[in-house]
Amino acid sequence: MSERVDVVQNFEAVEVSQLLTEVKDLKAEGYRFAQACATVVDDKIEIIYSFDKAHQLKNLRITVAQGEEVESITGDYWPAFIYENEMHDLFGVQFNHSALDYQGNFFKVAEPTPWNPKK
Amino acid sequence: MSYIAKSPWVIHYDGSSCNGCDIEVLACLTPMYDVERFGIINTGNPKHADVFLVTGSVNEQNKEVVKQIYEQMPEPKVVVAVGICACSGGVFKQCYNILGGVDTVIPVDVYVPGCAARPEAIIDGVVKGLAVLQEKRDNMVKGIDAPAEEPEAAAEEEKTEEGGEN
Amino acid sequence: MAKRTVIPFGPQHPVLPEPVHLDLVVEDETVVEAIPSIGFIHRGLEKLVEKRDYSQMVYVIERICGICSFGHGWGAAAAVEGAMGVKIPERAEYLRTILHELSRLHSHLLWLGLLADAFGFESLFNHCWRVRETVLDILEKTTGGRVIFSICKVGGLNKDIDNETLKEIVETLEGIKEEIKELTDVFIEDDSVKNRMVGVGVLSKEDAEELCAVGPVARGSGVVQDMRLTNNHGVYGELDFEPVIETAGDCYARCKVRIGEVFQSIELIAKAVAKIPEGPVSVPVKGNVEGEYMLRLEQPRGEAFYYAKGANSKFLQRMRVRTPTNMNIPALVKTLQGCDLADVPILILTIDPCISCTER
Repeated sequence: MSERVDVVQNFEAVEVSQLLTEVKDLKAEGYRFAQACATVVDDKIEIIYSFDKAHQLKNLRITVAQGEEVESITGDYWPAFIYENEMHDLFGVQFNHSALDYQGNFFKVAEPTPWNPKK
Repeated sequence: MSYIAKSPWVIHYDGSSCNGCDIEVLACLTPMYDVERFGIINTGNPKHADVFLVTGSVNEQNKEVVKQIYEQMPEPKVVVAVGICACSGGVFKQCYNILGGVDTVIPVDVYVPGCAARPEAIIDGVVKGLAVLQEKRDNMVKGIDAPAEEPEAAAEEEKTEEGGEN
Repeated sequence: MAKRTVIPFGPQHPVLPEPVHLDLVVEDETVVEAIPSIGFIHRGLEKLVEKRDYSQMVYVIERICGICSFGHGWGAAAAVEGAMGVKIPERAEYLRTILHELSRLHSHLLWLGLLADAFGFESLFNHCWRVRETVLDILEKTTGGRVIFSICKVGGLNKDIDNETLKEIVETLEGIKEEIKELTDVFIEDDSVKNRMVGVGVLSKEDAEELCAVGPVARGSGVVQDMRLTNNHGVYGELDFEPVIETAGDCYARCKVRIGEVFQSIELIAKAVAKIPEGPVSVPVKGNVEGEYMLRLEQPRGEAFYYAKGANSKFLQRMRVRTPTNMNIPALVKTLQGCDLADVPILILTIDPCISCTER
């Protein structure tokens, strides 16, 4: 019988500059990229990256100030392009060195970056 | 009854619907509800279609697509808005990317409410649409025969005639 | 070298029930590259958290998709419950599990029909959907809706399903099992069907892992991944649940996984009905949401994320849903490379895309 997993809620705070190093470590440990999502907290943007290994979750949380740029993780996890383009179009977060950058044409929205508090 | 009203072909486009109404539109075609018994066939080609079923509300990206499909359809044509989102925007009305119901982009002839619209309601809506289609067709035929300077009068006369028959 | 042509596919296309757009770069009849572009159904409904409180939000999230609607309602409610520390009654957990499996049943039957339609087997499509109506009747009888149910709420369920009805459901499902078997045998054994699926669109286990595929797409490539093995939702731990795994990684394997899950769902429902305890189906929930919670459910299409975060208010700060199709698009793009142009519709269908889920 397959093992049942008790998923633990964990959110590990990571510096923006350390993100890529942490992600590379997780990749080496065999984690699967599961999702990334942004939340507006006050006027900053909080991004959670989730990784899964054998049904256990690991979440990395970075806090991005307005105008701060984030290194893309698409070099290690190519499927992250969907989330990075989404966050770029809806939240206005700038990702550098993306493997597949839609240049703001991923979601065509009536007003640009509708989620960003400082439009 | 003309041939169109006997066997109208429908084209379906999913605006920004949640799929609920779309699968109900498809369910209409399957044995349980079987709209083919009314001669209704689902087609993928706008040029083949007489009735345009739109589900879901219109947003910035798909408004051009909806317009384009509508314009490609030959006259006479009928638009049926299926589900509350297509009618008015529904639960998503306040979303930032929603323009509103389908009637913000193209003229709508029949509104079918419901979240999701039931297959019975959709069939009812299409059948109501057929009456409109017939009327439009009659107007068109008369419009060609009638003198060019009084097209509106001809249309009005037609409407009263229709009312009298009913 | 053959001349390269770009063929736009969609958004309005006969095979697609939903709008998705792909730019297919082809050399003669072979697809070299596929570039997806989405956004036709983007509503921005997650932003409604500012205007709807957490209990209303469950109904909004449920309307992300009309096929996996129950799961979305469950995920949203359970994420808020998790953030608030609410423990729902056991009977409610059982009923949620049963309703979720019923949704899976109707979703997979729907998908089998669409697949048959994609390779031009019209009568098989109609038969699949005819059988599916029985499941919809059960859902309508118990929840009141055919595709959108609105039965889940924060704290449990809006209404109970009595034991008599539950027994009837099991009997009805047993009754249609034979019929479903007859149909799925066509998918598994019929040569004309097999010729169109075996060896088409192979996704190796390594690629599935590398591209982070989820759900039946991953399981069809031999990856053991099913969120029903996690313990923070439902009662799968008590139902001897084992994921359905196939190893070939082609369209046929993905189809077989879903067929296996159809029968598995019927079994799971029967087991759950046999074990369901008496008791209330909801607990009163009061107060504001403070804290955050991340929950994953196995939707018919794969792993789905629900993340709720509140800052001591009735209105959530964030309600994030990450749906399975999001994670399967990279795998789709990969399998499309090198396939025949004529195989594109069937390849798109075998990831079971749900575009309204993807774009929200």
